[in-house]
Amino acid sequence: MTWSDSDKSTAVGAYALRLGDDALVLAHRMAEWIASAPELEEDVALANIGLDLLGQARMLLTYAGEVDGTGRSEDDLAYFRDEREFVNCQLVELPNGDFALTMARMLVFAAYQYELYDRLCSSSDETLAAVAAKAVKEVAYHRDHATRWVLRLGDGTAKSQQRMQAGLDTIWPYVAELFEADELVHGLVGGGIAVDPAELRDPTTDYLTTVIEQATLTVPDTSVWHTGGRRGIHTEALGYLLAEMQHLARTHPGAPW
Amino acid sequence: MTQSPGHDLSAEGGHGAVPTTGVPATSGRAVRDWPLWEVFVRARRGLSHGHVGSLHAPDAEMALRNARDVYTRRQEGVSIWVVPAAAISASSPDEKDAFFDPAGDKVYRHPTFYDVPDGVEHL
Amino acid sequence: MYGNDFTQQPIVEIAEDDADFQAILDADGRIEPRDAMPEAYRKNLIRQIAQHAHSEIIGMQPEGNWITRAPSLKRKAILMAKVQDEAGHGLYLYAAAETLGADRADLLDLLHTGRQKYSSIFNYPTLTWADMGAIGWLVDGAAIVNQVPLCRCSYGPYARAMVRVCKEESFHQRQGFEILHTLSHGTPAQKAMAQDAVDRWWWPSLMMFGPPDESSPNTERSMRWGIKRFSNDELRQRFVDMTVPQAQALDLTLPDPQLSWDAATGHWEYGAIDFTELFEVIKGNGPCNAQRMAHRRRAHEEGAWVREAALAYATKRDAEREAEPPAAVA
Repeated sequence: MTWSDSDKSTAVGAYALRLGDDALVLAHRMAEWIASAPELEEDVALANIGLDLLGQARMLLTYAGEVDGTGRSEDDLAYFRDEREFVNCQLVELPNGDFALTMARMLVFAAYQYELYDRLCSSSDETLAAVAAKAVKEVAYHRDHATRWVLRLGDGTAKSQQRMQAGLDTIWPYVAELFEADELVHGLVGGGIAVDPAELRDPTTDYLTTVIEQATLTVPDTSVWHTGGRRGIHTEALGYLLAEMQHLARTHPGAPW
Repeated sequence: MTQSPGHDLSAEGGHGAVPTTGVPATSGRAVRDWPLWEVFVRARRGLSHGHVGSLHAPDAEMALRNARDVYTRRQEGVSIWVVPAAAISASSPDEKDAFFDPAGDKVYRHPTFYDVPDGVEHL
Repeated sequence: MYGNDFTQQPIVEIAEDDADFQAILDADGRIEPRDAMPEAYRKNLIRQIAQHAHSEIIGMQPEGNWITRAPSLKRKAILMAKVQDEAGHGLYLYAAAETLGADRADLLDLLHTGRQKYSSIFNYPTLTWADMGAIGWLVDGAAIVNQVPLCRCSYGPYARAMVRVCKEESFHQRQGFEILHTLSHGTPAQKAMAQDAVDRWWWPSLMMFGPPDESSPNTERSMRWGIKRFSNDELRQRFVDMTVPQAQALDLTLPDPQLSWDAATGHWEYGAIDFTELFEVIKGNGPCNAQRMAHRRRAHEEGAWVREAALAYATKRDAEREAEPPAAVA
């Protein structure tokens, strides 16, 4: 596919927005745990992870607003888009549930992000490559953190094993969406800019299977797959999340903070 | 100004007035939690590990990771050691004299014992 | 901090008026873990450090409230980092208390059952975004006035923890001031929000220093032991003198019509404080006492199965390691 420069720029912006929205929404979910974690050390750890993700989001959103031709700032994008304009995957917007569900979702998403950023380091787009180079180290740690917990909850007590399996079962229908590709992505992959999500399926699921089995759990078996996030089709949870996140900024549009 | 009956309120600690009378230091019950670990960090090459504090973790793997989160948040660490607090042996304050006095009179071990003429550098 | 080896040897106890002990304190020396110390000194410190730690972790709640509603990504990140710091401070302080033979789980139990307390200031609600500014500027400002002298407190681990805390705390007050400055120079609605927050937080911040304590026996002893360095009123005055000019820089007023500069004393005189409010809040009748405790207890109870699972896992792995034959040396 040959694009004009401005079309390509717009496409890069749209791609960065997907990565940015993923990080933004998950950062918000992680922040909800602060002052409620099972142990003080975990409050610190989850805040760290949330801050890492928020940092990724800010870089990606800022870049997206620059190159997509709209000139929007990170805050314009975060606080003044409506539900249907968000292009995060549905997995990251799911409510936190209990600690097991949170760790199940972190395991899956960090494993996916690790493979993604690892490959994105070689993007022909300098900014995306730079963001990836920093982010891959962060998500390696997130993946490790989630792994430690999935092992401990899966192979801990009978109660924790049951909850951990339930957590995996709940989020599994949202996993397939991570590996979907569309015309936008295919075009950018062709230009060496983006990473083909389909390429990430095997390494990610291999990692997940290893951890899940070591945790004495079972990889969930589901024929139900939810998708649509990249097209702005979300779960009902996102509306509530955005209402809370955006209301103050929207009440005082244009005001400095 | 009279104090509230039954409360000595002092601005001790961080965020201000808390009761100081009638507040127990311990409940006397045994409550099970994650074991205690001591944390040592070497902030950069050329230094040795220093004790920075302690934390609770269920095992060594988690202790290391918690230590990284709690004690090296501002990039203050190149290398981290964690040791179960129960594994540490310490000299007793009572032993101070016999333990440490013999070193006290060997002053030639201290660099300040030696006179160095002015202008001689790198000594 | 040099370890928690209380299981190995008994702690040497000495009389409260032990001359050698007092000599160390009078020379501004440091008492370290497992040094001989009066039981009352040890208990006093455990209580003080524990309640200080409890205050940090309860303090995460009023500010944590606004993380999900922070109106810009930069403010969101800063607030997350600040609240995270508070968790960290709680951890450093519990660690310091444990060097005195206390156990963190025990201290938390005392908090959860209401037998140990936390600072009353956190029993006030955070009603608007501007409260984030007011807390950073006033509450953390007052805390800094309290905490800096503690960096020289007689007990080594507590003093060292405070040095660490103070270093991290320096950005907390500044970000609060900056929030208010932005608001007071923003839209009229924002300025009104800022003024409203200051109007609500000023008097409770002054009450943080406690009532005048000249008649309190505990204060005198704490000072003799190098744990408390200045009286409640001295600290409060220091805070007022520091803060009034800052309010002027913020273009906000303080809700005290009697605030006036006294050239003779070189201090800002302020109006009489009604301490009945403080006593009520300490007693448990503040706006948020029940809510703060319920939140704290709920987090702890809901986390129990997680903590137990981690211990169960560790036990299983230990058992496996015990059962393994020793590795052959090549």
